[in-house]
Amino acid sequence: MRLCIGGIVEPGTTLANKTGGWRSFKPEYHYERCTKCGLCELLCPESCVARGDEGYYEIDYDYCKGCGICAHECPTGTIEMVLEVK
Amino acid sequence: MSELKAELKVVEGSYAVAHAVKTCHPDVIAAYPITPQTHIAENLSQFNADGELGNCEYITVESEFSALSTLIGASATGARTYASTASQGLALMHEALFNAAGMRLPIVMTVANRALSAPLSIWNDQQDSIAQRDVGWIQLYAEDPQEAADMTPQAYKISEDRDVMTPAMICFDGFILTHVYEPVALLEEELTDEFLPPFNPEHILDPKNPETFGAFADPSIYTEFRYMQELGMREALKKIDPVAEEFREIYGRYYGGLLDEYRLDDAEIVLVAMGSIIGTIKDVIDEVRRDGIKAGLLKIRSFRPFPLDAVRKALKNAGIIVTLDKNISIGKCEGALCTEIKAALYNTRLDTPVVGYMLGHGGRDVPPEIIKKIINKATRSMKDGLTIESSYADLKEEFV
Amino acid sequence: MKEIRIHGRGGQGSVTAAELLAVAAFEDGQYSQAFPSFGVERRGAPVVAFTRIDDEPIRMRSQVYNPDYVIVQDVTLMDVVDVAGGLKEDGMMIINTEASAEKFEEVPARVMVVDATRIAMEIIGRPIVNTVLLGAFAGATHEIRLNSIRKAVGDRFSGTIGEKNIEAVEAAYNAMEES
Repeated sequence: MRLCIGGIVEPGTTLANKTGGWRSFKPEYHYERCTKCGLCELLCPESCVARGDEGYYEIDYDYCKGCGICAHECPTGTIEMVLEVK
Repeated sequence: MSELKAELKVVEGSYAVAHAVKTCHPDVIAAYPITPQTHIAENLSQFNADGELGNCEYITVESEFSALSTLIGASATGARTYASTASQGLALMHEALFNAAGMRLPIVMTVANRALSAPLSIWNDQQDSIAQRDVGWIQLYAEDPQEAADMTPQAYKISEDRDVMTPAMICFDGFILTHVYEPVALLEEELTDEFLPPFNPEHILDPKNPETFGAFADPSIYTEFRYMQELGMREALKKIDPVAEEFREIYGRYYGGLLDEYRLDDAEIVLVAMGSIIGTIKDVIDEVRRDGIKAGLLKIRSFRPFPLDAVRKALKNAGIIVTLDKNISIGKCEGALCTEIKAALYNTRLDTPVVGYMLGHGGRDVPPEIIKKIINKATRSMKDGLTIESSYADLKEEFV
Repeated sequence: MKEIRIHGRGGQGSVTAAELLAVAAFEDGQYSQAFPSFGVERRGAPVVAFTRIDDEPIRMRSQVYNPDYVIVQDVTLMDVVDVAGGLKEDGMMIINTEASAEKFEEVPARVMVVDATRIAMEIIGRPIVNTVLLGAFAGATHEIRLNSIRKAVGDRFSGTIGEKNIEAVEAAYNAMEES
């Protein structure tokens, strides 16, 4: 690899860099307890929680880093953090 | 009046430099006024107000740090940029100087050399630019207004070379050269156009083709980026001489390339110096030679890159070498030229004695008598084989 | 090489005088150099400026220590500053004063006097003596032709101001020629 003078680099992009690979625990939904309140979407720092077709929330595992905020904040205990199996 | 003389005009040194900058067609100028650089900034501001700078953007800033930061951004977009400063202003730029060099932005800046506080001094020495030795900028030193003016397009040509891409300081003794009125051949726009191609960098900041300049470099690549700066300097080392020759072909004037020599061929006592004391030294050399003292001068024009090989070659027949420094490394009691020249002789077969003198600090005048005294001391030292430690040549012992 | 030292007070145009001398000398076909003593200039404070004139390009950049000529723009400086310091024995001092040259016998060189303030007041209407003294310098020393001084002053000051300054230069030149 040849470096470019001046530390000049093309811009990085998360389209290529799937940050979900950093995860060691992953959130999983138990929808039977879900009230569709949307707190998980609101609080996700990576904006990788999105509302699906039936109003339930889904996680984009390409970018979820497994921080666990959604599981911690969910008022009904819908979200469980489970060990990532790679 | 001779034909050559007819082209000359009596102007102030600062005007000569500002006028030279104008012929280089800078796209962006940012400068903050500081004594003794002020007249350069004023003249450029006047040219701008009079519409003589074309589409140039003259950005007034609130500090020297802003001035250089502004130019870093501007240069990265592909603009030819110019700044001038001095002393405390240059010191304030310190952090940004590294950035300009590391991002390989060929900014050209005139430094109107001035002493640093404290104690407060507005007068000339070269401590300000010497203190910026390691920021990665090319440093050229001019002996008179004509040379400083002529160096300006040369500096752009060297800096903007795609193999070099390194910013340059033109060091120009404050007051002694910035405020002197003397005949100068002002640079002609057509000739500068012929000499200096437009700035055409390989990489520019462009929203259509985004790139990051000076990106984060972890330990696996930082060394290599710094080494590439060194390689850029090596390219500059190769180009300073030919660029001076190209300038001579077009303008008919030549002040040396990396260095210049005066009556050096048979010289036993070789003085090494840079900046405005060069002229005074030349006059003194002519005088002492009439008394049979074989003195000569090595003028360092490029301090960074330092022309190691050329210096070694120029000094190989010297009986004694005397460095004259308008700066000091306190704690070593030695000027930068002294350190460089001593180091240059190491690992060669030469063991020529090097005597370092510091003089002319904080604007103290350098009269010819003091140069004569130094030459006489060196002559005695050479004959007696005595070593002289580096010291001030013009210290008033009774004051300390 | 001829070296000239000009003593004045901040605001009296000593630096401009040194510069115009350099311009005039160059106009005469000589090389020249002018520079101030680089003080922190304040109105009224003693100021020194220098001019060098030579047939060859001038390389020397030290201050002037042994002037051939000294111009004193303000006679009150005689008691404050060593205006005669280093003046060559065969040199000359030109003093702006209404007194006669005999009054300055302590000066170890030839003294010429000119009442530049009176000339300036009569012709320019203000006590601006720097250009007047350039005329006196040309008349007393013949180092520079009157025409060259006229041109340097005319190029520097335009319109009526320029004309009056030139008239004052001529008056001082003639006064020195006659004395």
